[in-house]
Amino acid sequence: MQSSSAAPAHHAPGVPPVPTVAAHFASLDVQQHAARLGMWLFLATEILLFAGLFVCYANYRFMFPEGFAAASRHLNLVLGTVNTLVLITSSFTAAMAVHYAKEAKNRQVVVMFILTILMALGFLVIKYFEYSHKIHVGQLPGPYFTDTEPSLQVPGVPMYFTIYFLSTGLHGFHVIIGMIVLTWVGLKANRNEFSARNYTAVELGSMYWHLVDLVWIFLFPMLYLI
Amino acid sequence: MSPSSSSIAAEPGAVPAPGEHHDHHPSYLVDGTTVKSWLLTLDHKRIGVMYLIWVLLFFLVGGIYALVVRLELLTPGPTIVDAMTYNRAFTMHGVVMIFLFMIPAIPGAFGNFMLPLMLGAKDVAFPRLNLLSLYLLLSGAAIAIWGMLNGGMDTGWTFYTPYSTHTTTTVAPILFGAFIIGFSSIATGLNFIVTTHTMRAPGITWFRMPLFVWAMYATACIQVLATPVLGLVLLLVVGEQLFQFGIFDPARGGDPVLFQHLFWFYSHPAVYIMVLPAFGVMSEVVAAFSRKNIFGYRAVAFSSLGIAFVGFFAWGHHMFVSGQSTFNAGVFAVLTMLVGVFTAIKVFNWVGTVYKGAVDFKTPFAYFCGFLYFTVFGGMTGVAFATASLDVPWHDTYFVVAHFHFIMVGATIMAFMAALHYWFPKMFGKTYHEGWGLVSAALIILGFNATFIPQFLLGNAGMPRRYYEYPERFQTLNVASTTGATLLAFGFLITAIYLTYSLVYGEKASSNPWNSRGYEWLTESPPPTHNFIGPQPVYTDEPHFYVDREKAEVPDAV
Repeated sequence: MQSSSAAPAHHAPGVPPVPTVAAHFASLDVQQHAARLGMWLFLATEILLFAGLFVCYANYRFMFPEGFAAASRHLNLVLGTVNTLVLITSSFTAAMAVHYAKEAKNRQVVVMFILTILMALGFLVIKYFEYSHKIHVGQLPGPYFTDTEPSLQVPGVPMYFTIYFLSTGLHGFHVIIGMIVLTWVGLKANRNEFSARNYTAVELGSMYWHLVDLVWIFLFPMLYLI
Repeated sequence: MSPSSSSIAAEPGAVPAPGEHHDHHPSYLVDGTTVKSWLLTLDHKRIGVMYLIWVLLFFLVGGIYALVVRLELLTPGPTIVDAMTYNRAFTMHGVVMIFLFMIPAIPGAFGNFMLPLMLGAKDVAFPRLNLLSLYLLLSGAAIAIWGMLNGGMDTGWTFYTPYSTHTTTTVAPILFGAFIIGFSSIATGLNFIVTTHTMRAPGITWFRMPLFVWAMYATACIQVLATPVLGLVLLLVVGEQLFQFGIFDPARGGDPVLFQHLFWFYSHPAVYIMVLPAFGVMSEVVAAFSRKNIFGYRAVAFSSLGIAFVGFFAWGHHMFVSGQSTFNAGVFAVLTMLVGVFTAIKVFNWVGTVYKGAVDFKTPFAYFCGFLYFTVFGGMTGVAFATASLDVPWHDTYFVVAHFHFIMVGATIMAFMAALHYWFPKMFGKTYHEGWGLVSAALIILGFNATFIPQFLLGNAGMPRRYYEYPERFQTLNVASTTGATLLAFGFLITAIYLTYSLVYGEKASSNPWNSRGYEWLTESPPPTHNFIGPQPVYTDEPHFYVDREKAEVPDAV
């Protein structure tokens, strides 16, 4: 008997290991079905978490239409667009990783995940420049808002930046979690673990990354475009 | 590490072998006796037992706070504590009872133990997540209790802003504790949904699942879909408390009513997180002790889902006096009353089950009788509250307190006690003394009535909830209520004594002491580590099939 968590350590190089079935599952198919269903439910909870912030945004946009319109024009549309493209591309490479995992091309899975993580890092670097500019000019949440720009002296502008920092901050936190998840799955791929019968970890890790991308695709128009 | 954590490397698609022990099957209680084998177990039964121990402890803590509140209200003026301590006591009574007892109690203890057994599974789908969920609950509790001991909180369990962001008491750690407890709740719900979908034994179709499983499934859907919103709003309040963002503070342009919307979007469905498992327990108990097939199986199963669904659209009835429009109030009133329709379906089916049944009046059935009464009485006052015009005079009076204690606490406590007695032989392999069971059930039901019926009257007479002092004309009823609370505490004390005694000195229980037809009784008492000896069972009979419809006779023991 061996533990279900331990990766099979001894196998011939180039040959994917036989996937393990935990003792309480009837078969590998059931185990993988359970894992996918669990991930979908978890993603539903993540969407509901962000949905609360979307409700806050809708509420305050309704209360302060001028303030929100004025504040959103002070976001850097170019950097936001570049970041959106970066994230969509990273979602593509994550999807390609699943494609390669199904073909047992573990090396390509590693390459795709490295590309994805690099783009995630790029996203964070761009976000860092956006944040540092905002902090520099005082476009900060609530009581910390100190920007004296005349067009921003409208009720609701500090509230806009509260929601901006809360939602992009929470999203940025998810980006970091996603990078950790992909690193972990990438290390498994580096150990040559995936094959046509066993690619659940790649699939679930990529699904999580798609969620991170999806949330941004809602945040970007909400904060930058409207 | 317990044997359940091990796995076998199987050929893809192969059915795993039953395990290493072919001739010797120790029960889950004695399979590994070290402390570590309990604390790090992945066995859903041991996790269920640990949940049981902890929720009972939290129940004691919450109960002590309740007694402080009741003793304080014995006299119109100051009695045993000062006003601030009183505020902290009723807040902590609410927080502990709701987040640490009512929500995790039945799903955590009995759901964890029974759900896989009832589905013929060896464990829940994600055993590690299951253990994590227990430790998340305990970490959240530890942080909240740390906050309690370092200043406490005086906002009431609803944490209404902007007061909760301005009070000088320690709000942040307690809210953060509740946030972590929310993760525990999500993890349990997610696990149960996946287990129900993927791990049913051959023969268990969706419409042959025990009704307790249906109720746990509906509960899990609410846990997964509502809790994240509570998590977000608690985070926002903590952020606001620490950084004064002003998101809920009207002085900074924020909107405190938005907090109420987000808070009740979780906290109203949370009522059904508490009572749906109770309904599930009672569906099992009523069939087992009436010796009769459950009446209207599909209606009972679907009404659980109906309550879960409608429960998401009823939050606005908490906000009839928040300045919402008359139109909104009307819509929320009607949606709230729909909950009553689904609950009535259940109540009528339970009564239909008892009708012409061969009633075996054991302790769980005594609790069923109390449960039926609390559900109907509490539910009817709920329909009254859903009527916006009636809600306005009763709002924030003791009538609310009495109403939600009847439906939410009364019904859930009855089900918790019924489950504890019904499944005690299965969980611990021991029987308890039936006479003491009936005596304490009578005391608890009587005590509950004596505590909260005076509060209905107090509320109707206009006494506001949460007040420290009150006019003298309310004193008689307050004394009556405190007397009832004492009786209630005494009933629980007796239960604690004889159940602990039975654990050690009780007679050994047979595998099916109630002659029940529930699937969980098909295995040993207490069950072996992998739940069943030999290969996975195949089910050919329905879970509530007590009477052969053709022959219409009560069957013998299984």
